[in-house]
Amino acid sequence: MQRLQTGREKIMKLSAGEGHETGKGRQSAVRSRFKASDDSIQGNKQILKVTYAVVIIFLCMVGYLVNFMVSDSEEIINNPYNKRRDILAEKVVRGNIYSADGKVLAKTITGDDGEDKRVYPYDNTFCHVIGRITNSMTGVEREQCYPLLTSHSNPLKKLANTFKGDKSQGDNVYTTLDANLQQIAYKALGNYKGAVVALEPDTGKILAMVSKPDYNPNTVDNDWDRLVEDEEDNSALLNRATQGLYPPGSTFKVMTAIEYILENPSSYNSYSYKCKGSDSFEGNVINCYGKEKHGELNLSKSLAKSCNASFAEIGMELNVNSFKKLCEKFMFNKQLPVKFEYKKSRFELDKKSDAGELVQTVIGQGKTMITPMQNAMIAATIANGGEMMIPYVVDHTENYAGQTVKSYDPVSNGKIIEEDVAAVIEKFMKEVINDGTGASLSTLSYKVAGKTGSAEFDSEGTSHAWFIGYAPAKNPKIAVSIVVEGAGTGSQYAVPIAKEMFRQYLGE
Amino acid sequence: MDKQKAAEKLISIFGDMNIIGVVHSIAVEISKYIIIILFAVYTWHCFSVFLNSIESKEKIYRRQKSIMYSIHFICSLTLYLNSLDVKIIVYYVIQLAFLIFAGRAYPFVYKGMSKMILNNMLMLLTIGFIMIERLNQSYVIKQMIFAGAICFVGLFIPIIIEKFAYFDRLGFLYAIVGILMLALVFVIGREKYGAKNWIIIGGFAMQPSEFVKIVFVFFSAALFAKSTRFLNVVKVTIFAAAHVLILVAEKDLGAALIFYITYLFILYAASGNSLYLGAGIGAGVIASVAAYQIFTHVQTRVIAWRDPWSHIDTAGYQVAHSLFAIGTGGWFGMGLGEGTPKVIPVSESDFIFSAICEELGAFFGICLILVEISCFIMFINISLKMQRRFYKLTAFGLSIEYIFQVFLTIGGVTKFIPSTGVTLPLVSYGGSSIISTVILFSIIQGMYVINGNKDISRSISKNMVSPREEQYAKATDRKRKNNEVKRRRRA
Repeated sequence: MQRLQTGREKIMKLSAGEGHETGKGRQSAVRSRFKASDDSIQGNKQILKVTYAVVIIFLCMVGYLVNFMVSDSEEIINNPYNKRRDILAEKVVRGNIYSADGKVLAKTITGDDGEDKRVYPYDNTFCHVIGRITNSMTGVEREQCYPLLTSHSNPLKKLANTFKGDKSQGDNVYTTLDANLQQIAYKALGNYKGAVVALEPDTGKILAMVSKPDYNPNTVDNDWDRLVEDEEDNSALLNRATQGLYPPGSTFKVMTAIEYILENPSSYNSYSYKCKGSDSFEGNVINCYGKEKHGELNLSKSLAKSCNASFAEIGMELNVNSFKKLCEKFMFNKQLPVKFEYKKSRFELDKKSDAGELVQTVIGQGKTMITPMQNAMIAATIANGGEMMIPYVVDHTENYAGQTVKSYDPVSNGKIIEEDVAAVIEKFMKEVINDGTGASLSTLSYKVAGKTGSAEFDSEGTSHAWFIGYAPAKNPKIAVSIVVEGAGTGSQYAVPIAKEMFRQYLGE
Repeated sequence: MDKQKAAEKLISIFGDMNIIGVVHSIAVEISKYIIIILFAVYTWHCFSVFLNSIESKEKIYRRQKSIMYSIHFICSLTLYLNSLDVKIIVYYVIQLAFLIFAGRAYPFVYKGMSKMILNNMLMLLTIGFIMIERLNQSYVIKQMIFAGAICFVGLFIPIIIEKFAYFDRLGFLYAIVGILMLALVFVIGREKYGAKNWIIIGGFAMQPSEFVKIVFVFFSAALFAKSTRFLNVVKVTIFAAAHVLILVAEKDLGAALIFYITYLFILYAASGNSLYLGAGIGAGVIASVAAYQIFTHVQTRVIAWRDPWSHIDTAGYQVAHSLFAIGTGGWFGMGLGEGTPKVIPVSESDFIFSAICEELGAFFGICLILVEISCFIMFINISLKMQRRFYKLTAFGLSIEYIFQVFLTIGGVTKFIPSTGVTLPLVSYGGSSIISTVILFSIIQGMYVINGNKDISRSISKNMVSPREEQYAKATDRKRKNNEVKRRRRA
């Protein structure tokens, strides 16, 4: 560049030199003699400008490439389509995966034949959350594929291994999972289809994540054809906890109640409705469960008794647009900033929707679809005073010597609702346990906040049993979301699972 | 110590390990760092040359050459140890002979040429040889033949330019030749990778647009050198547009873009009128939007650029795999022969930059980009010093053509811009591409030499004169004359 500049300076000096000439005849003589040099500088200014622009663009491209290497590449190369990890696997023994309390959830055993085999000591229990490495990677195995196949051991030792043709030991991954809680949840769900998610409200750590039907990751290769054919319609490969979309049923009334409080901050306390077991809204009939007459209700009692008619009445008053905005703040219809596979929960109510859809939606029927994970995030957000934490399952990675390589910190998704609003909803959700559909949880020594749901999914009235909630209400340590497919009511089928989990995690 | 003893000693150190395996591991593991360091030094010298005096410049050029030979040797050794294939040694010797020959013959024929440009040209060719050899051995022979042949032909280019002093008078003839050649492709061309830009003559597939590219610069430069009056601009624009439209019709978007940008910048430099540039860029943007609306293959490219991940099985496949390659390679690469760059489609031509990054490292890739910039700056330097307007515009047009192609290919494979499917000049595999690029380099050098010989020959006493010295000589020459005129007047 310096050369270019000096070149230009000289050219300018030259043209200045010409300007010294006076005397017409001579000037023209000189000019004609230097005609060539006139030509030679014409356009140089433009050429230089273009050159600077080109150099700047190229530097931007280099900057872009550096940025890609520094910040984006790690996630991109972890894509399951990137077959290059097979090469890494030839040099590195895939690391282990541990639960938060140090139990081995996945390890690699080198057989006598020199072939590596991935072993999952808990068989089916962790199959969806930990995942598998054959037949398209899933779960933590997929999320942490590169770290597991990267060895941060002593470089000299690594070099020595390379020379000897030995494999280096890949880094180990520590998850946030509580192995005991996971086992309890797994057992409690029994033979039902469904899913259980447990989160730590103030961090977003996933404590347990169960989905049934399941499969055994140790034998998945042999079972693969059967799993894919799926004659029993089990979808055992699907992680229902994050990818199963269910109607939320009455658990969604929590959202409706939040919206009502936000729209009527001073008067929600004076809400009252007289339930006759059934009501008609612009010609749309809404029945309560079993057509039970709930009688005189305020907002808190409406939630505790899960009164459909009362919530339909509330829904008719709501501003649909702001309700939609609230739900989208709670990450409905949104990409989640998480590393595991998931489906977006859907909230489709908008201005164009008719009254029939509106009253169905506010009681959790209609077109709204939710994943158990999404519902757990709602419960955890309320538990955490309105601040939503992004769920994550990997706590940190370590090299073989136990030195931390990378740790993952909790990430906030922002304050979704104000603390006082969260506190009001918590009061209501405690009422659900004290004197409502979740009463069987009131025998525990600590207060629980929650909401049951029975989401109808076909015309015959069979329903998915739901429960979302957290405990202890005073200082929440665990938020759960449970769905039991086609079982019946939430209080009968989902609440007992929650109870067992709370007992395991928090004591009697 | 005889051989037997040496082997025994080695075995006593390394146990019963496979010695070749050990040497190979060391070669691959350590050589990749050495290669990066060497290339970084080379790249540094591409720019440090601006800071140094004339004598040390010669030193720098020599050092760059020895770095080139070293990189070539280490890479060839690694490749040999990867396969223990004797052919690799044969290729190495041939390539080395070629590099030595070209490195000596060019300065001999092109007196007062820019040695930096020659070094860069040979360095890029070397990187190309190594990568193509690694990716697909059967291609490297062809590449060597083409490179050797065209570099030999290139030796005559200064003579040709000198003999045909009236290159700038041919004007529209260039356009007619260019349009006819492109139209010929349109009629008898074959489709390859979605673009109809190949013709097959006597078993050889070639891309005429690569050659028309150069003729096109002659055409624009010749006519704009004469006049940039509005009427003339309109006439030239019509012919230039014909080129571009034929290329668009052949779905050769990369080439169409290169032609258009080249035309536009030559016009800007010739007229000095930024209105033309503004209007041209505006028209280009409108045309791009229109092309996006009309052509599905343009939409595919844009989709693949925006979000290759959602279309990873279809449109996004190439770009996604290119990014996998660059990302997995990391800063220092997987080591030559240790990656899987062949997963990327056409990794030996359009996507060779990703293959280089995967195996030699992103750091090497960035140095490569800087070397390309250095080439461009040297070209521009020459263009600035050209006396004749036609030469100046031609050199400038060719520089733009070159660097824009580099931008399209590297930007495309790194997802900086949508990929357009053009080759990385001199590095990518491809006869047409290599021939046209060597011609491009030779023309610029040749014109530079002639420029020097014709106009400032009085001040040139030696062959080895740097451009800066010429400039200085020229300036002192003028000052002397001016003083003479003044003195005479005073008298």
